[in-house]
Amino acid sequence: MRPSGRKVTTMSDSKLTATPGQTVGPFYGYALPYEKDGELLAPGSPGSIRLQGTVYDGAGHPVPDALLEIWQPDAEGEIVQRTGSLVRDGYTFTGWGRSSVGYSGVYTFTTVNPGPTKPGAAPFIAVAVFARGLMNRLFTRIYLPENQEALAADPLLSSLDPDRRQTLIARRDPDGGLTWDVRLQGEGETVFLDFDGGAAGKESR
Amino acid sequence: MPENFKAETYNADSLTEDLSDAAEVPPKAATPRVETQADLSAELKAIGDAYAAKLRSGDAPEIQPRLDFAPYRSSILRHPTKSLHHADPETIELYSPAFGHQDVHALESDLTIQHNGEPQGERIIVAGRVLDGDGRPVAGQLVEIWQANASGRYIHKRDQHPAPIDPQFTGVGRCITGPDGSYRFITIKPGAYPWKNHLNAWRPAHIHFSLFGSEFTQRIVTQMYFPGDQLFPLDPIYQSIVDQDARDRLVANYDHELTEPEWALGYNWDIVLTGSKRTWTENEALGAEGDHHE
Ligand SMILES: [Fe+2]
Repeated sequence: MRPSGRKVTTMSDSKLTATPGQTVGPFYGYALPYEKDGELLAPGSPGSIRLQGTVYDGAGHPVPDALLEIWQPDAEGEIVQRTGSLVRDGYTFTGWGRSSVGYSGVYTFTTVNPGPTKPGAAPFIAVAVFARGLMNRLFTRIYLPENQEALAADPLLSSLDPDRRQTLIARRDPDGGLTWDVRLQGEGETVFLDFDGGAAGKESR
Repeated sequence: MPENFKAETYNADSLTEDLSDAAEVPPKAATPRVETQADLSAELKAIGDAYAAKLRSGDAPEIQPRLDFAPYRSSILRHPTKSLHHADPETIELYSPAFGHQDVHALESDLTIQHNGEPQGERIIVAGRVLDGDGRPVAGQLVEIWQANASGRYIHKRDQHPAPIDPQFTGVGRCITGPDGSYRFITIKPGAYPWKNHLNAWRPAHIHFSLFGSEFTQRIVTQMYFPGDQLFPLDPIYQSIVDQDARDRLVANYDHELTEPEWALGYNWDIVLTGSKRTWTENEALGAEGDHHE
């Protein structure tokens, strides 16, 4: 007999065990993408920048079936709590977007440079990565390349070796946009984050 | 969604679950041979035996899938080899994007009314609650689902399984959780389908779920399964969760209380997100945040 309950009982003083994740699989393409999903702002609008990059596998090949989500504060560092991410009105900045890569593994967002959420903090964009063949989503961050002082003082960045730290810092393009690649494995492997102290999966060994 | 659905637009992925990436796997023998279910089952058994031994020696249970899980061949080049780096979530990560009824229409939770006629198959109700690790309801948050039709076929041009497409069924739904974290979908029981991980590989029937919590750190995409599926022991994706109790958390319960007479069978599945990292105000703890239009 299996334990009878996937019906979870709420108990205020006991921790519940998290439901496991699973791969997004290959067939999300008709379900998760939607119109203007990667346009946190209308392209070309004042202050908008392009955020673009390529997702690579461990052989250095582009991954053609990955999906990225970003979540960020606005240019002033305010955390926005507005609805409207799924039905964009072209004016409301919600701070959240989704972009599935194309055949060449490239994703594209239109967004703004995030501002610091605290005075002197290094601004960053939170990222979740999904892909066919990736068993669970991966969290990471995209930092802006400017303000070396703030980057040096950042708690996460300063806890990383210099070469690994670099994987979280975007390049500034001549047109003001940002380029940031994801390397799932191997040379230059992106730093992926565990927010649960290793207890949530033990995959961190 | 269904009205403006254009397969050509959305099929950005060039590969399919069909494509095993077999060419990327280092050849094991000089003569290439097709890997069979027996080969895969032997690999799965070895992993299961090793895990059982670790549990016996006092290791804590593993509650998430392994990222490095070679029996799912497509994962071989797509898992990080370095440990996930522990980080304390900061500012933006302690909040979640806001979704509301501006984003999702109430009818999007009924996958059986998206076309002019009734879809083929067994009509079902899938309902439950989304909770955080402290048992707090996740209110006013987005739930997205997608699935194969009753024959095991996705509306996706890369799905080459020669089973019939159902013109009355797209297989995509969304809803916003209620104040108590509840969600409810009406759909068709999906069929099992073959894929090309190995010869005679079949996925157990499942519904893909995408969920947001109250914090970005709780973001999850997973799959819900149906009780008693005979394909569980054979499936590398289900088996990538090596712990049986953890696997069970992905299996819905048949629930006769949810079943509606003369109409549809009911399945209950509650989802628990990872624990909250934020210090909650009293109002938030009582579920006062989020979009609660009823
Ligand atoms: Fe699937």
